[in-house]
Amino acid sequence: MIESPEQRGESPIPEHGSGGGARRRGGGVSRLLIWYGELTTQRRLSLRGVAFILVPMAWLVGFLILPSAALVAVGFAERGAYGEIRWSFTLENFRRLLGFGLFDWSADYLWILGRSVWVALVTTVFAVVVSYPLAFFIASRPPRRRYLWLALVVIPFCTNMVIRTYAWMLLFSQHMPFARLAHLLGLIRAETSLYPSVWAVYVGMVSSFLPFATLPLYTSVERLDWSIVEAAEDLYASKRRIFFQAILPQTFPGLTVAVILTFIPAMGVFVVPDMLGGAKTMLVGNLIQQQFGASRDWPFGAAVSLALMVLTLAGLFWLRRRGEGAEWV
Amino acid sequence: MDRPSAESASPAADRLRKGFASGLRFLKSFPADHNLRPATADSIVAGMATFAETRSALCVEGVCKSFGEVQVLTDIGFEVSSGEFVTLLGPSGCGKTTLLRILAGLELADRGRVMLDGREMTGIPANRRPVNTVFQNYALFPHLSVRENIAFGLRSRRFSESAVAERVGVALQILQMESLVGRYPHQLSGGQKQRVALARALVNEPELLLLDEPMSALDAKLRAEVQIELRRLQRRLGKTFILVTHDQDEAMTVSDRVLVMSDGRIVQSGTPAEVYERPVSRFVAEFLGSANLISGSRVNGHVETIHGPLSVSGSPGWSRGTLAIRPERIRVCSRRPGMNGVSARVREVIYRGDHMDLFVEPGALRVRTAPRADLRAGATIWLALEPEYLVPLSD
Repeated sequence: MIESPEQRGESPIPEHGSGGGARRRGGGVSRLLIWYGELTTQRRLSLRGVAFILVPMAWLVGFLILPSAALVAVGFAERGAYGEIRWSFTLENFRRLLGFGLFDWSADYLWILGRSVWVALVTTVFAVVVSYPLAFFIASRPPRRRYLWLALVVIPFCTNMVIRTYAWMLLFSQHMPFARLAHLLGLIRAETSLYPSVWAVYVGMVSSFLPFATLPLYTSVERLDWSIVEAAEDLYASKRRIFFQAILPQTFPGLTVAVILTFIPAMGVFVVPDMLGGAKTMLVGNLIQQQFGASRDWPFGAAVSLALMVLTLAGLFWLRRRGEGAEWV
Repeated sequence: MDRPSAESASPAADRLRKGFASGLRFLKSFPADHNLRPATADSIVAGMATFAETRSALCVEGVCKSFGEVQVLTDIGFEVSSGEFVTLLGPSGCGKTTLLRILAGLELADRGRVMLDGREMTGIPANRRPVNTVFQNYALFPHLSVRENIAFGLRSRRFSESAVAERVGVALQILQMESLVGRYPHQLSGGQKQRVALARALVNEPELLLLDEPMSALDAKLRAEVQIELRRLQRRLGKTFILVTHDQDEAMTVSDRVLVMSDGRIVQSGTPAEVYERPVSRFVAEFLGSANLISGSRVNGHVETIHGPLSVSGSPGWSRGTLAIRPERIRVCSRRPGMNGVSARVREVIYRGDHMDLFVEPGALRVRTAPRADLRAGATIWLALEPEYLVPLSD
């Protein structure tokens, strides 16, 4: 876009001394860039800054802050006789979660919470243990092939979780090789499928969250400073000591991210345990889904959600405090 | 390492071999229990010093190394005596770091042998060699404090807590770092990091200390100080040091002997003065400082050059070739000198404070002289290229 000198004369840009000459030469695009990049006054800049963050702010308010506030509000409300929300302030939902039910104290809900934490932990441990060597394997491939391997890790992730879980159901059904092998090993009776079972849930969850653990670990491993490993070798360290003193500490940042990224979604998951776990392995995700679905008890569902959020955030804070202890990260 | 015994030819030879083997075992027993060296290590080391003098501490024979198609090292062979400070000097990519890594055991040679105190080291991995390295970027353990970094090697070898404390204490004291023990590597300056890396290696009392461009991360002024410090430290400890550098000043400052490397070969070996004053090739002459290269052909006892006939001390081994002379060895005279006088016109004068660089015609000679007011561009002067400073090069 070429402009006439007259148009340029009416430039909305205030002229600031010597810079003006150079500025006049630009076309439309460069004028825009000049406007964008020109450091005028602090006030103008901060106004511009506000304008820039307005959209994300609105997004956050609309889709994070308001719903969270609603969740808190509903969590302290009551369920009406027909499943409607009756606005009041009551701690009844939390009492119920802690086991003080209509009849007697029962630990059912606490068990569900505890089991969820346990299943999420086991899933995380498995995902990390599988990812760690996998990350080293990928990072040690020639650069071109590395992306192929990474793609192989990520591709299953592009499939819908429900479909993937169905695939596991198929694989674990009674006539498939896995079930037959388990039967041959004397693990299950003949003509039974491998699901529903806790192990099927673990397999499904680990496979679902593997990329969350593999990718951060891979970036960590790829950036590994091998001279530190060599220094350990030079200083008489055994293989074991080399791993624990020179390799593992360097991957702590990636490990932390892997744990967080696996643990949080694993806490909230409901599709996998629902399909592969059966009634015995109800997790907090299923409980919440049930409250908002079949039971039509939104206030209790909100209360459980809040409890889950608090638990997860507490875990995150704990992890962060530990991370702060290690200043070198 | 014991060689598999050959079929004995006679009982006498057998006895001889047995006697030799037991003697060797006795000698080997000192450095072999490296891990369990008693508190009186110094006395043993002192006792062995006389023995070490007669033999080289490090002996490298016919080492070759290639990475894929690229031949990095070709038939490297040299010896280092105990307590010597040797520098591997060469431009980047000449293979000096690879050679150092082979000595450290971090890389294996394709061919050739590495012997340390008479013991075969060729196939022994880094963590079982009595050799320690100061890495180029120091490679300190980021999650360990200065104290734990220094103690790392001792802990690897399961020294007792009191022995670790004592040795680390001594190392900290020698390198004047007592105040830094609790810090982490990211809280240290470049110079401090370097000292920690040095302490971390020296605390293990290695028989051989390898330094891989340890000063490349320091600024020029600090580097000059550290070089002298390093030199003094090495003298004080009496250890064998091998330093890799591309900085000829550094090599000159610290070493007893310089091995100049180019394209995977050692092209010259000698004291700093020898390699500087008597370079064997164009490469050495130009890599160490600057040199005037004068080509000419041998006629009777002289070398005929564009500056006229020049006498050379000793006869060059070629009929047509190159002579080298250092700019500071060319003397500026007011009258015609008795020998090898060259008349020249000053083309350019560069004043450098403590000296002056003259570019003269003909032949684009470069002359370094003390600053003088009378030397200006256009002046005609006499230069003396004295025979003992004219070095015939091999190429």
